[in-house]
Amino acid sequence: MIRINCPYCGERDHSEFSYGGDATINYPSLDASEKEWTEAIFFRKNIKGFQFETWHHSNGCRMWLVVERSTVTHEIKSVKPCHPDLQKVVENNK
Amino acid sequence: MKTRRIDNYGKINRDKILSFRWDKKNYTGFEGDTLASALLANKIGIVGRSFKYHRPRGIFSSGVEESGALVTIGSKDRRDPNVRATTQELYNGLEASGQNAFPNVNFDLAGINNYLGRFFAAGFYYKTFMGIPPLEWGKGTAIWMFFEKFIRKAAGMGSASGLPDPDTYEHAHDFCDLIVVGSGPSGVAAAIEAAEKKLDVILVEQDSLIGGNQLAENDFDNSQIKNQLENLGIKIMTRTTAFGLYDNCVVGLLERVTDHISAPNLNIPRQRFWTIRAKHIIVGAGAIERHIAFNNNDIPGVMTVNASKHYLNRYGVLTGKRIAIATNNDSVYETAHQLSEAGADITVLDSRSNFEIETNKNFEIRKGYVPYNINGSKKIHSLDVSKSENMNKYETINCDQVLLSGGWSPAVHLLSHRGVRPKWDYSNACFLPSDSKENITMVGSSRGLWNKNDCIASGIAGTTDALNRLGISKTNYFFPKPGGWKNPIQPLYEVKYKKSRSKSFVDYQHDVTTDDVRLAHREGFISVEHLKRYTTLGMANDQGKMGNIIGLSLMAELLNKEIPEVGTTVFRPPYTPVPIGALSGRNVGKHFRPLRVTPMHQWNIDHGAKMIEVGLYQRPWYYPKENETLSDSYIREASTVRKTVGICDVTSLGKIAIQGPDSTEFLNRIYSNGFSKLQVGKARYGIMLRDDGIVMDDGTSWRLAENEYFMTTSTGEAAKVMSWLEELLQTRWTDLNVNVTSVSEQWAGVSVAGPKSREVLNNCVDDSLVVNNNNLPFMGVTSTFLKGNIPCRIARISFSGELAFEVYVKSDFANTMMDLLWANAKKYDGCLYGLEALGALRVEKGHVTAAELDGRVTIDDAGLSKMASTKKSYIGSAMRKRGVLKNNDREILVGFFPSNLKETFNAGTIVCEKNNIKGQGIGRITSVTYSPELGHWIGLGFVKGGLDKWKDIILVGADPVRNKQMNLKVVSPHMIDPKGERMYA
Repeated sequence: MIRINCPYCGERDHSEFSYGGDATINYPSLDASEKEWTEAIFFRKNIKGFQFETWHHSNGCRMWLVVERSTVTHEIKSVKPCHPDLQKVVENNK
Repeated sequence: MKTRRIDNYGKINRDKILSFRWDKKNYTGFEGDTLASALLANKIGIVGRSFKYHRPRGIFSSGVEESGALVTIGSKDRRDPNVRATTQELYNGLEASGQNAFPNVNFDLAGINNYLGRFFAAGFYYKTFMGIPPLEWGKGTAIWMFFEKFIRKAAGMGSASGLPDPDTYEHAHDFCDLIVVGSGPSGVAAAIEAAEKKLDVILVEQDSLIGGNQLAENDFDNSQIKNQLENLGIKIMTRTTAFGLYDNCVVGLLERVTDHISAPNLNIPRQRFWTIRAKHIIVGAGAIERHIAFNNNDIPGVMTVNASKHYLNRYGVLTGKRIAIATNNDSVYETAHQLSEAGADITVLDSRSNFEIETNKNFEIRKGYVPYNINGSKKIHSLDVSKSENMNKYETINCDQVLLSGGWSPAVHLLSHRGVRPKWDYSNACFLPSDSKENITMVGSSRGLWNKNDCIASGIAGTTDALNRLGISKTNYFFPKPGGWKNPIQPLYEVKYKKSRSKSFVDYQHDVTTDDVRLAHREGFISVEHLKRYTTLGMANDQGKMGNIIGLSLMAELLNKEIPEVGTTVFRPPYTPVPIGALSGRNVGKHFRPLRVTPMHQWNIDHGAKMIEVGLYQRPWYYPKENETLSDSYIREASTVRKTVGICDVTSLGKIAIQGPDSTEFLNRIYSNGFSKLQVGKARYGIMLRDDGIVMDDGTSWRLAENEYFMTTSTGEAAKVMSWLEELLQTRWTDLNVNVTSVSEQWAGVSVAGPKSREVLNNCVDDSLVVNNNNLPFMGVTSTFLKGNIPCRIARISFSGELAFEVYVKSDFANTMMDLLWANAKKYDGCLYGLEALGALRVEKGHVTAAELDGRVTIDDAGLSKMASTKKSYIGSAMRKRGVLKNNDREILVGFFPSNLKETFNAGTIVCEKNNIKGQGIGRITSVTYSPELGHWIGLGFVKGGLDKWKDIILVGADPVRNKQMNLKVVSPHMIDPKGERMYA
């Protein structure tokens, strides 16, 4: 069981969350070309080690989070909200 | 068997006599016995028959590693197969029986397999039945499948009851700073040290008593230890197995709550499945004594030395009269001495020639001797021994028991669960745990420490390690060096039998012999993982706790390599079997998954609804009158809607409130059709695509105010759409000022459909003007009041193709709304209609649902090209015509009629061209219904090229599952009222 430290709810089991995907993708604008979109949604790195990925606290506060997790050990280095404004709120409340 | 109960030994309560049944006969034992010790005390030697050869098997051990005494406990629906007699506590009235034997374990007809052994070597069945010429040319599978069921019946262990499990199981959770697995000297020392340093400690012990292997000592009393632990506030969990370690120091435990009680209170669960979240884990799981492979090393009466010590000192059972002990290490001498004191004749065969051992010489020690062959079949008559250096039969010793000790294997299993590979230690001839980067520390004999003081020191060191890693202290510590015997162990895994075929067992439970390992090698299965799968070595429910090392050593010898070069198989959870019942806990039957009901659920049932599950929801399926069948009922309901009016509960649709200044922009980006010009007071049907251009979901969005929308989604996709909208707003479009809230539970919804629907609504609203055609045109939305001052939202939306409205009220008013609508609908001979009629109406109209939008369909495939805006970009617009999605032979939505209008067909039918009926055909039928309007069966589905290509051409519907075939005509999916005149009425 991976334990994820939700910035709003605290440390919880991963079964409360849903996995999103690669958190580092810069999605192209909606009017971007098919080629750019193909790059963004189909081509993924298969990282061995730490990667940034999104998780949704779907059975909790419903926040989308960026989790820095090792694909080898499941070790989690950092968890923060995806939304920059929410990131600021979390920072200010520390 | 010469086993017997003796006085003045053991920790059993001789004042409390328990009666039990073994193979339909009555016996007695004492409180504190296991089933195994009670059987031994009753001189029962044969307790099972082996997996393949049906050889008689006895009790090999005194613990979880047992690979012979697997029995069935209980009867009828409480029959529990493959229970280790060595860990089953005896209780009054226990019923047990031997397995894999007919008529019984003493006389088993299938024992003939023993003499056919040459046919049952590893891989025999596969080779024989999968490759018999001429069947091997691609047809071997059929004959294998025919024989498989007979083969499976002949092999195997106990069988399950096949009845529903009457017991309950519970899931439980706990947190702690430190969890200690094992209550031997090292675990107890670790727990005490940690509790004294103020850590919150859980101590887990699989046995009913704490003490670990000390319970086999004649002078051990655990009561003081128990008091000390309790006084320190340590939570002690006995009868609890730590079966697996998981990420982030999560430990899985199985607590056997009532398995030792004769008449358990049915209000408490039989077992508890614990998830413990710890900060640090200390494993003091002990070590397991190995046997030695030599001919007939499985005859009842063979046992590990340590087991015999347990039976003597814990249960007061002397396991033999003339006992031969075969060893290669120092650990047996204390036991030999005690057995001798208790009255047995002891001969120790030690494979080592030069060593010193202190004994008081009341038994014989033969240095440089090894066991060679056991004579006997159902019991031991004598043991042939050989000298270590030549391994030939030298002489025969009369004995009734042979105790074995081939060395000890630290229980590294739990660490292995975390992917930490153990390392081979030559001097101790065993695998030792490697260090873990995670917060896990191994202590005691599970790190290869053989004497008690070292174990205690390691426990304290383990806790210091834990405190350091948790940042509580910075103290130096060291672990004692592995080992601790005076004389080194001499590796001894197999004594080769020189005559014909041998039955030297490596894995007792799966009948894997040393010859099987050699056969695997000859046939090229030399990798450990292949060896394991080919011979099934270590794959029985003991998971090779005793035999794996022997298998590895044999393969190493064959390959001329060292054991660590051959590798070790990875142990995976569970350490010991976990019942499925414990895994599922209370999530069984009706509680298997959550049940959702609409606020008018009871109202629907009271009005005659038969319910059906849609996703998690219970929805009205149909409302039969008198003796109506499902089809009678839905045909009547659908006809009534077309003729007058019908009312249908649509509450299960997903409902999302979208609010904020950028709401319009947001909707315009997520829907494929334009939303920027939707006026306040209007609703629009919209389609959402995924990033990759495939249709995700469809629904309507109602503009309630400038910056406020009410979105509906399909029932099945509601949760997914909600997460998707949140993802977009929180990750991609963080500049948009929009808030989304799920309001699915807050609103009750109903569809009022049919030519008389407006008149019904007229009578139900406070102000009848609001629903007239001017104020509420097609796709119009209004917020108004039902009679009785009930606030409501009404939209003129049609799924049926008729004049229709969707009415939403707060969930609390659901029943009032239903009463009101129903009272008025009845005046027009209206009806209540369910999902089946709803389906019939929408199929007639050619509306798509999840059956069509199955995640493979584009907006063009669904015939909804008009819904794809060309004036804006939206999610999926760049990708919806990529690559294969623009091929012109894609399957397009069409309607189907049977050529012969009297014929029926089913959803799932494959559409083929005439004379080319094969494979996936050229299309498929996704939804079918009887159309009351048209008077025959109709279907929706997909066909390559669509209507344009197949108009007026007869196709064939192939339904191989139901063995049916019919001719089909392709028609427009809009099978009634294609211009929508009724909706706009």
